[in-house]
Amino acid sequence: MSIDKEKDFGTPASTATDNVTLEIDGFSVTVPTGTSIMRAASSIGIEIPKLCATDSIEPFGSCRLCVVQIEGGRGMPASCTTPVAEGLKVVTQNQKLADVRRGVMELYISDHPLDCLTCSANGDCELQDMAGAVGLREVRYNPQGKNHLKAVKDESNPYFSFDPSKCIVCSRCVRACEETQGTFALTLDGRGFDSKVSPGQNQAFMESECVSCGACVQACPTATLIEKSVIAQGQPEHSIVTTCAYCGVGCSFRAEMKGEQVIRMVPHKDGKANHGHSCVKGRFAFGYATHKDRITKPMIRANIKDAWREVSWEEAINYAASELKRIQTKYGRDSIGGITSSRCTNEETYLVQKLIRAGFGNNNVDTCARVCHSPTGYGLKQTFGESSGTQDFDSVMHSDVIMVIGANPTDGHPVFGSMMKKRLRQGAKLIVIDPREIDLVKSPHVQASHHLKLRPGTNVAVMNALAHVVVTENLQDDAFAHERCDVASFAKWKAFISGPQHAPEALEAITGVSAAEIRAAARLYATAGNGAIYYGLGVTEHSQGSTTVISIANLAMATGNLGRDGVGVNPLRGQNNVQGSCDMGSFPHEFPGYRHVSDSVTLELFADAWNVDLSGEPGLRIPNMFDAALDGSFMGLYVEGEDIAQSDPDIQHVHAALRAMECVIVQDIFLNETAKFAHVFLPGASFLEKNGTFTNAERRISPVRKVMRPLAGYQDWEVTQLLSNAMGYSMNYNDPSEIMDEIARLTPSFAGVSYAKIDELGSIQWPCNEQTPEGTPIMHEQTFMRDNGKGLFMLTEFVATKERVNSKYPLILTTGRILSQYNVGAQTRRTENVAWHAEDRLEIHPHDAEERGLTDNDWVGIKSRAGETVLRCLVSNRVQPGVVYTTFHFPESGANVITTDNSDWATNCPEYKVTAVQVTKVSQTSDWQSKYQAFSDNQLELLAQGVTNG
Amino acid sequence: MKIERLIKMANDISDFFNAESDKEAAAEGVRNHIIRSWDPRMRREIIAYLESDGSELSSLAKIAISKIPLPQ
Repeated sequence: MSIDKEKDFGTPASTATDNVTLEIDGFSVTVPTGTSIMRAASSIGIEIPKLCATDSIEPFGSCRLCVVQIEGGRGMPASCTTPVAEGLKVVTQNQKLADVRRGVMELYISDHPLDCLTCSANGDCELQDMAGAVGLREVRYNPQGKNHLKAVKDESNPYFSFDPSKCIVCSRCVRACEETQGTFALTLDGRGFDSKVSPGQNQAFMESECVSCGACVQACPTATLIEKSVIAQGQPEHSIVTTCAYCGVGCSFRAEMKGEQVIRMVPHKDGKANHGHSCVKGRFAFGYATHKDRITKPMIRANIKDAWREVSWEEAINYAASELKRIQTKYGRDSIGGITSSRCTNEETYLVQKLIRAGFGNNNVDTCARVCHSPTGYGLKQTFGESSGTQDFDSVMHSDVIMVIGANPTDGHPVFGSMMKKRLRQGAKLIVIDPREIDLVKSPHVQASHHLKLRPGTNVAVMNALAHVVVTENLQDDAFAHERCDVASFAKWKAFISGPQHAPEALEAITGVSAAEIRAAARLYATAGNGAIYYGLGVTEHSQGSTTVISIANLAMATGNLGRDGVGVNPLRGQNNVQGSCDMGSFPHEFPGYRHVSDSVTLELFADAWNVDLSGEPGLRIPNMFDAALDGSFMGLYVEGEDIAQSDPDIQHVHAALRAMECVIVQDIFLNETAKFAHVFLPGASFLEKNGTFTNAERRISPVRKVMRPLAGYQDWEVTQLLSNAMGYSMNYNDPSEIMDEIARLTPSFAGVSYAKIDELGSIQWPCNEQTPEGTPIMHEQTFMRDNGKGLFMLTEFVATKERVNSKYPLILTTGRILSQYNVGAQTRRTENVAWHAEDRLEIHPHDAEERGLTDNDWVGIKSRAGETVLRCLVSNRVQPGVVYTTFHFPESGANVITTDNSDWATNCPEYKVTAVQVTKVSQTSDWQSKYQAFSDNQLELLAQGVTNG
Repeated sequence: MKIERLIKMANDISDFFNAESDKEAAAEGVRNHIIRSWDPRMRREIIAYLESDGSELSSLAKIAISKIPLPQ
């Protein structure tokens, strides 16, 4: 193993398809038109000295170190900004060039601290490398002259340091912030000698607009911007490529290590989802993996009022298995079940559902997609025939109009958000459909053409109105619909959607969006060229979540925006492996590959492969499990890597259900909220401690690689295997690659997937089989995946949610996420990311705040029909009057105390996005919060007692 | 299971399929959806409710549930 530095070609690759041939230092080289001389040289191993150039950003031509001579040309052009041309003869090294370069370096070094031996970048400093490359041996300038050596460090960011005394003003950081991240937080302030890199308006990093993505740190050629972990621990000595465990973008990272210690996570240039970019979570927030709260010993207890008792793995597994078997004997085979995790690998998820189906003998398996993208699975399966998004991320770079519905990419999927912003800066149009003004609506060099600021709960009405305009103004793509879709369903849908009840004017009073705005947005989407739709939980987490997904599919099919680059229907998945956990058969009605449990061919296939009789009846969904627990028919639960006691709606109901169960087994890295109701705790492994794969929102299966030994001794798939064997169902895998081989054997869309192929290609987008051996970036290019190959239009009547505002509950609460925190916060709350978001707050419009006498930071009680909690408020114009908004990253916030049990008609995905509430000024926490705090404190005490006794 | 919850679920499913003008097809849609996504105990309970009372079920839900076979 080694640090495996990625080659830097100096300038980005050209996308041209025609080539030119030139000569560099006597060697012939053929490269695409538009390639820089620097890159052409680098491609044949001739490295021209450089400082201001790096291949992740456009060339700038400021450092003058990369000058070359061209036969017949004048002067010494910069090779980074000079494109190749047919027949050029380039010289990269001669005395004249050497003298110029040495002179340039001398100037740089004359204003640079000469502390190389103690510098944190020692061994990884391009300035140091270039000094060596040009043969700098002396600096003739007076060191006492004017310089920047006493410039003050900015240590405000928790993860990296900014030392302007080491800055060479190459502008790589500024350009990375602009081009790669798209935040424009950095500028070059001043002129000439006074030039300096400045966050915001001469602010500290933490006070500026900086989002801490790390692009500037990555781009910096010196120790000016450097990770504090490197300053503290020194340079890493080897690296291992793996996949981020945060959001559904699934960024590829190089874990740069010192032994088993992660020094830093560096975005992998060859990562096909992220192309060398990252966000504050993946880049920096990995410290949770070794946080002191990690539990590394198995524990058991008979009752949740008892102290935990640390036991051996053998005792814990045997106790868990005996309890599950006892419950089945007492209450029946269907009285137990389990929940798989979107934070675990495909292999682990597959194994949990296999344990439940084959070992428990029922289909009571569900996953956290129940509460996020289950409507996506249903809606896209019905219309397109496959439960997945249609495009790869790169497709957005070919879009002409981008419609973002109920998603907040710059916060929830930041690396893809940056790519989307890049395309918008290139001129693509943007339509945002969201009750709240997300950052994309207006950010530097990006402005939405239309922001349809709808009332929460009216998605279907808005989508129907858009489709109505398309059809009644004859903007649809009849050829596509007739050739690619079910013609009868298209005709029926056209007649339905043309009805006057779907006209924007008729729906204006319901949606709160002006008819003119809807009409303009519909025309733009249908006529601007390639139209792409991206959506998130603002679509799915509604009582009509599945209907909205279907309406999105209808609109895309009607306008022919499917089956090629730049278009498509793209669910932005919340967690890293939501797509994968769904693919792996985590739903109670589907085997891996989304095949219904009642399908006799599939049932037989799995029964034969697993050598056991299987049930062909759907099992319980998560909310059904809770109801069944309270009626006494579901009494044992195995939860791997999920925190249903915080993340699920109507949390008091969830807590009551967990209390009612006789055995709750939690497998996790922390004593999460659910574990406080558990009887068995099986310590899990973080993504750094295991091998496997994650599948991101673009169906990309990427490798997860073990960079350190599991702190508790086992990878999660091994724990599931131990439990299965103890339950009496034999599993004997030696390596997760064997699990993937089994998945491939039994799942047609994974038939061509293997670890060998993933190693070879870096990642694979399913379907990957005989027809598509290297995977499928764009789906439905020729036919849809339904049995007859045709897309199906479905009727999508708007049905108002049962959750209504009235005089008692006059406001609508909607929920969302923030960039720095992730989901229930179990990981990010245990990192320095709390510097950005240390508590959940309630956003309220100034008008509603004034009516209630509220100002920023006031404590407010939020009361719904389900419960009450207290948060501090933030008065903001981002929400519209009548709507309040909060995040749910902290358990004590109790956001889900307020959310109700309303859910999507098709999938029971909770209606998190619409809760009628009243907000009032208060002076103390809610009754629920007081009780929660007491319960939580007691549970931590019971944990401490167990650890002490153990 | 709380029967109120099952009634609400059945009615919500019916609301979606109500858009279908052919009511027989709509009922078939509801029936299929329940058979393919509800655990047998849930189906047994909603069938029992329809047979004993059923008053809170929408008319489409009633037709659909009446055609669901009792799970073993």
